[in-house]
Amino acid sequence: MTQYCVKAGYMPLVDAAPLIVAKELGFANEEGLRLDLQPAPSWSTLRDRLLFGQIQAAHMLAPVPIASAIQDNSGLPKLVVLSGLSSNGNVFGVSKKLRTRLRANGLLFDFENAKLAGDALADLHVPLKIGVPFALSMHAELVTFWLTKSGLQQGQDFQIIAVPPPLMAQAMQDGILDAFCVGEPWGSVTVATADAGLMLPSVAIWSNAPEKVLSARDGWVGENPECVKRLMRAVWRAGEWLANPDHLTTTSEVLARSEYLGIPAETIDCALWGRMIINQNNDIRTTPNFLKFNGVDTCFPWKSRASWIAERLANRLNLDPTASIAKSREIYRSDLYRENLGALGADLPLSSSKIEGALDGPVEVSGVSKSLILNQDQFFDGTIYDPGQ
Amino acid sequence: MAKTLTIVIVENDKARAMAIVDGLRETGDHKIHVLAEQSGLARSIAKLSPDVVLIDVANPSRDSIEELALASGPLDRPVAFFVDHSDARMTKTAIEAGVSAYVVDGLQNDRIKPVLDAAIARFQLFQRMRIELETTKRALEERKIIDRAKGMLMKARGLSEDEAYALLRKTAMDQGKRVADIAVALVTAADLLS
Repeated sequence: MTQYCVKAGYMPLVDAAPLIVAKELGFANEEGLRLDLQPAPSWSTLRDRLLFGQIQAAHMLAPVPIASAIQDNSGLPKLVVLSGLSSNGNVFGVSKKLRTRLRANGLLFDFENAKLAGDALADLHVPLKIGVPFALSMHAELVTFWLTKSGLQQGQDFQIIAVPPPLMAQAMQDGILDAFCVGEPWGSVTVATADAGLMLPSVAIWSNAPEKVLSARDGWVGENPECVKRLMRAVWRAGEWLANPDHLTTTSEVLARSEYLGIPAETIDCALWGRMIINQNNDIRTTPNFLKFNGVDTCFPWKSRASWIAERLANRLNLDPTASIAKSREIYRSDLYRENLGALGADLPLSSSKIEGALDGPVEVSGVSKSLILNQDQFFDGTIYDPGQ
Repeated sequence: MAKTLTIVIVENDKARAMAIVDGLRETGDHKIHVLAEQSGLARSIAKLSPDVVLIDVANPSRDSIEELALASGPLDRPVAFFVDHSDARMTKTAIEAGVSAYVVDGLQNDRIKPVLDAAIARFQLFQRMRIELETTKRALEERKIIDRAKGMLMKARGLSEDEAYALLRKTAMDQGKRVADIAVALVTAADLLS
């Protein structure tokens, strides 16, 4: 059998699991694919390596390919999204000082109720400087969405600042930041080293938020259909494997290795189980769907999710929302998902777009060849996002 | 004459930063600032209103600088940056050499190119030195551990130095491993047993 080879980049985070598992548990091998995984030092470098062809595919923040599609980057190749790699998985936390004040005001830190948490922050009437890993991230979008809907004004009541996660704890201690939103393991690291307090998991803001995607260069995807297919199949199968709780211990051990995350397996295990230590008193909160790697909600490249992100980015970057939405929908390759994963038994919805935020619990809907289950999908304030067709 | 360029270099290593500064000085009369990695980096850079920012591709702080390249609130952004997409080939060369450059919109290409060329040359020089240093360091460490393993074999099995080395080498070849790997295994096992 011909050996196909893909160089894929990732950031050393817990949600890089689908790519790492695809390689280490042999899914890539079974698909006749040699997966060469390369860690990146930053999201911007990961994106540049992908754009300039040093790697062919990457674990990427969902807004990055969309930003590259809607901005005028003449001369640069286009990035597409082949599938979703994960939903949710980020945490929002505050400095020790803010935690004490919020507690004194009666906030319970239930790690669940985004409405109460947002109101409590609004009641403080202090401008908040909030760190996120990257300006083009779901961290930035979800925090902005949540705080704006809670009555805070961006620029005036809060400010989003990009700080590399390894420097987040220091920035909290130096008083440069009052709060932060990061993925694991960095939330736990910031609790342990800066005595921060975790307020919310991102799943409490949007119960089914897109997070990381599998992205590749448009030209490469067009020229290497067989390679793309094998990559998509291997990664999708890894996601399904990760959905089995019996596999999580193995996953933690594999991710913990020095060539991947190089951190204790216990920390990774907590993130995979959604069991977070929210402060230095070792208060523990368990969150269902804290981080998800499988299912049609997570993995299918929904054009409605591209629209949601594109509309927000367009407003932020002063671009035309209608044109931006149209461009973003083009790069979400639901056609390839249908073509390449249908034969594996992946759930295929009838439409590639849906109303976001409209499901208060799992619902059975008809799909292409069989019916499928859509999981709970709600924004904390009941917002319904209808992207149209 | 064109106005002098203000260049910011983000680099923790002083020697390396100085070498880059020297390289840039040869290309013209620039105003050059060196900043170390820090949590409030984007703000410090914005205050200096540079025309060009140079940073190692491997530096995680790139992600906070990238923020300056996006249009956010007009108040947050005293200066507009963009990665110089006008010449994709130049950007590609720079990134492969390990340097990322943020250049203010509208700056002429003939003014950027010499700066970037000088930076690339220095980055490559340092890259080479870093690799050489790491290789030498590893070779030294490996030699030390092989010597320890030899010593253990000589003592435990009454071998001469040459015989001990021959045994290590044969075992390595039989197992398809490097001599250093076998030596590490032996030393680790001995440490565990003692």
